[in-house]
Amino acid sequence: MPSNPSNSAPAVHLRAVSLDYTGAPVFDELDLILPAGQTTCLLGPSGVGKTSLLRFIAGLLPLADGKVVDDHGQAVTSRIAYLAQQDLLLPWLSALDNVTLGSRLRGEDAQSAAAIQARELLARVGLTGREDDRPAELSGGMRQRVALARTLMEDRPILLMDEPFSSLDAITRYDLQALAAECLTGRTVLLVTHDPLEALRLGHQVLVMAGAPAHLDAPLVPAGQPPRDPTDGGLLVLQAELLKRLSQAKTGASTS
Amino acid sequence: MKAVRALTITAGLLLVWQAVVSLTGVAYYILPGPVRVGRAFVTNAELLFTHAAVTGIEIILGLLLGCILGCASAIMVAGFPPVRRWLMPVLVVSQAIPVFALAPVLVLWLGYGLLSKVAMATLIIYFPVTAAFFDGLRRTEPGWLDLARTMGGGRYYILRYIRIPAALPALSSGIRVATAVAPIGAVVGEWVGSSAGLGYLMLQSNARLQVDVMFAALLLLSLMAVGLYFSVDAALRLALPWQVEDSGSAAKGPG
Repeated sequence: MPSNPSNSAPAVHLRAVSLDYTGAPVFDELDLILPAGQTTCLLGPSGVGKTSLLRFIAGLLPLADGKVVDDHGQAVTSRIAYLAQQDLLLPWLSALDNVTLGSRLRGEDAQSAAAIQARELLARVGLTGREDDRPAELSGGMRQRVALARTLMEDRPILLMDEPFSSLDAITRYDLQALAAECLTGRTVLLVTHDPLEALRLGHQVLVMAGAPAHLDAPLVPAGQPPRDPTDGGLLVLQAELLKRLSQAKTGASTS
Repeated sequence: MKAVRALTITAGLLLVWQAVVSLTGVAYYILPGPVRVGRAFVTNAELLFTHAAVTGIEIILGLLLGCILGCASAIMVAGFPPVRRWLMPVLVVSQAIPVFALAPVLVLWLGYGLLSKVAMATLIIYFPVTAAFFDGLRRTEPGWLDLARTMGGGRYYILRYIRIPAALPALSSGIRVATAVAPIGAVVGEWVGSSAGLGYLMLQSNARLQVDVMFAALLLLSLMAVGLYFSVDAALRLALPWQVEDSGSAAKGPG
């Protein structure tokens, strides 16, 4: 099994992030800290730059300026795993081979060891017996589970997630949120989502991004540890607060 | 159902053919009727099949060689940017030369035998295979490449495990096109200069006013081309089962 990264998960500091697509600044000197071993949820209107920020942290946006470092000023790009909205499974590979893709892409030798570990991870996400199925034979929820197992296989201390549950039905999403929260405990996570309740359920802190160039509100910190019970009254009060902030963010974006 | 439809179409075409011959009373040495062609086919079966074997070997060798060269070029061009800058212009210019115009030169250089026809078929197949495969290699789903980069994948491994497999459906449509044009290459080669093959037989029969034999040769050539196409098509489907499954599940709609 992967080692528990809770001791090693670093905080992530974003410093002076600037991104400018043809004269319309998306970010201007944006600063953000992702606390070590905690889940930060990021909400905001479409097109505000949430995905761009995520891609920048992952090192996939060479056009942007700024720094992404840990507490000691070291780069973190090689310690990041990325879980996108699409499962990004390769259709010609079985579930098992999709999970071990990373080790093959790095040309690692120990393929049989990787396969054993991948089987364990697939069992952990509830896919025992489906190891040899191709993605087309799996449901949307199962595919996202495979993607989660692939992410866990990478065993990185920092995890970026871009609306990973948004294309799933409500019940499947609920199950997967709980599974993800359980599997990702102790890692430094940034989760982009459109769903305020999802953010409140999973996040240690919740941020709303708005405006152009984008800025971040003071973080909302729900009581207790994630995953929280979504039927909790306190959470619903916070959800109302969050929805208010979001609609302000949206009108602010459209008037500016 | 498919077989019934194919039979119906064939029977219909034969009927129209016979009707044209009967109604216009056209001379047999201009357009022989299907019965006459059928009889010529049976009486000349041995001759026809001997020549068909030659043409068949030319087509298959050309197809193999063209596909191998095409795949190698596409991978070189897609995988190594410096090669792309040098090879792409050459590829484009080579396509500006009509391959048919090269046939006499090829016969001059490579002789009247097998080699010039194989070269002709190879040349005609090379470009569609290269172009289709290169296109596929260039259009890898960006999400997969992003994922591979966050996983720390090396360039060679990304090419081998993601870009090439992802381009196989594009390559397979390139090979389908190549299979359809391969017989043209071989037959044109035979017309320009040869001592065997269905193209040679057609020219000889034509000169001797054995138009029914010419039509029989044409018929056999068409059957070979269609048979080759369907075999290659079936083989490609077998080789890429995930692609078929994909379209199958799409046809079923959201489940």
